[in-house]
Amino acid sequence: MSPQNHQHAPLHLADEGDAAAALAEAEAGQNRFEEIIAEDSRVEPRDWMPESYRKSLVRQVSQHAHSEIIGMQPEGNWISRAPSLKRKAILMAKVQDEAGHGLYLYSAAETLGRPREEMYDQLYTGKAKYSSIFNYPARTWADIGAIGWLVDGAAIVNQVPLCRASYGPYGRAMVRICKEESFHQRQGWEILHSLSHGTQAQHQMAQEAVDRFYGPALQMFGPPDGDSPNSQQSMEWKIKRFTNDELRQRFVDMLVPQVEALGLTLPDPELKWNEERGHYDFGDLDWDEFFAVIKGNGPLSRQRLEHYRKARDEGAWVREAAVAYANRASRNEDHDQAALIGA
Amino acid sequence: MSFASHDSATRQSQGEAITAEEIAASGAKAEDATARYALLLGDDALILSQRLGAWVSRAPELEEDVALANIALDLLGHARFLLTYAGTAWDKSEDDLAYFRPEEDFRSCRLVEQENGDFGKTIARQLIFSFYQHELYSRLVHSTDTTLAAIAEKALKEVDYHQDHAAQWMLRLGLGTQESARRVQAGLDSVWSYVEELFTDVEPITELGDIAVLPSTLREPTLTRLHQVIEQAGLSIPDMSGAHGADRSGRHSEQRGLILAEMQVLARQHPGATW
Repeated sequence: MSPQNHQHAPLHLADEGDAAAALAEAEAGQNRFEEIIAEDSRVEPRDWMPESYRKSLVRQVSQHAHSEIIGMQPEGNWISRAPSLKRKAILMAKVQDEAGHGLYLYSAAETLGRPREEMYDQLYTGKAKYSSIFNYPARTWADIGAIGWLVDGAAIVNQVPLCRASYGPYGRAMVRICKEESFHQRQGWEILHSLSHGTQAQHQMAQEAVDRFYGPALQMFGPPDGDSPNSQQSMEWKIKRFTNDELRQRFVDMLVPQVEALGLTLPDPELKWNEERGHYDFGDLDWDEFFAVIKGNGPLSRQRLEHYRKARDEGAWVREAAVAYANRASRNEDHDQAALIGA
Repeated sequence: MSFASHDSATRQSQGEAITAEEIAASGAKAEDATARYALLLGDDALILSQRLGAWVSRAPELEEDVALANIALDLLGHARFLLTYAGTAWDKSEDDLAYFRPEEDFRSCRLVEQENGDFGKTIARQLIFSFYQHELYSRLVHSTDTTLAAIAEKALKEVDYHQDHAAQWMLRLGLGTQESARRVQAGLDSVWSYVEELFTDVEPITELGDIAVLPSTLREPTLTRLHQVIEQAGLSIPDMSGAHGADRSGRHSEQRGLILAEMQVLARQHPGATW
């Protein structure tokens, strides 16, 4: 049993027998947990798991959920101005999917014992992190294409291995999310393709969006392996399957033929095929900017949180009404039940 | 004429066109008056979709982000069918009609143009419009124009859900807390004067016979059902007659221009571009 649990449930000397039983149970749990990880099967909500595994998962899954929620903002801001009704419908469906992903992920985190309200509060107070890419503005319509192609593209590369994550509810949520993300990436690619092959102004808009989002998208895989404190343990627990740098490389290798098909370029003069490695070499990313954005100094870090808080604040009376109504309905049911029994 | 919606909600469409692209490709060509009717219906759906889309990322709860986006998406779908069909009369695309028509040529009613306000006002507007639309499409499925009938049939299944969503919220807000009752009542009061416009018999509807549904025939059944839900929610029916000054003939609300300015801005910056 972890130290945290001791704090919550102090053991007394008189309960020595119970303590011994609890210790034996924890030992059996630990052994079973290690077996599950070794044989590559799934840990389920009722299984014993180390507190640190639980904590690490709650952190990762809730951060992922928050990213979906904040991610609705840059794209949501273009729903009203989408330049054709078809594009408007596709974008609306996509942003709606993101709200849905948030729901699956919050639910997966709830199976680890973390209430949804608590996760909301962490986002609200700014304690929780979310993907720093969403602190960048979506300035032009082409940014909607670049977000789909690059940001959702990076998300897919990151998330496909997570479908095999050792925690069952997370892995299963990811299967569904990945299917929808691949549709999102395709629509982003199509937007850029239409723009790239459209008027001169449209082509330029597309290229500028790719130039803006390429670096931040590559940083979505997290810091270089040497600077990623949580990666090693996560790999041992089989939550993560590949390192940040491995996934980043896979993503760059995937982008190069795609950007050629788009008729656009990637903004990296050092990008070059390396025969020996069988991969593309690429230039250093601006990690100072990355860490500054993570610390809350992204172009829109404050505005994204303010937007979220405003929506929560303005919706508080609605949530209170829903709870009051549900309580009233259940009181009425009790009343009806009592009347039946009385009769 | 049947008021029951549940039979038609489960009935399969008989191979009629159901996507905007299919309507465009079907070779169906609307008569001018029919096209103007389709445009009127489509404009209502388009403007309300535009309004509801603004709730995304701002809803009181995540489930409502999903629900409101879903309703907005359904309405956008209806608008696309109707504008595409209307456009067949004049060789115009749905986007020509949505993005390059001037403000005064839209036929939308003032109810859908009203600002979202708080969630109470949005639900009040949504309740009125979805109940009206449900009565309308329940009858339009019998239109002698097979394309309009097919569109109504597809839309009706979705509107059935919209009205359920609005009615459930009307009850929650009306019977929830004092604050929620006050707010949703204020929402009803704010939009109620635009209800009568929905039931005004205007041209070209009056010339279309069995192709269209005469709005005045929807008044009694729609209001009866609205009154039931509002009373069940412990709220009162606002006591006011219809606001004068608009009958879908172009004398629209002040908000329409602002809605269109935002919706059309990018398309108009790049005339002739494809997206």
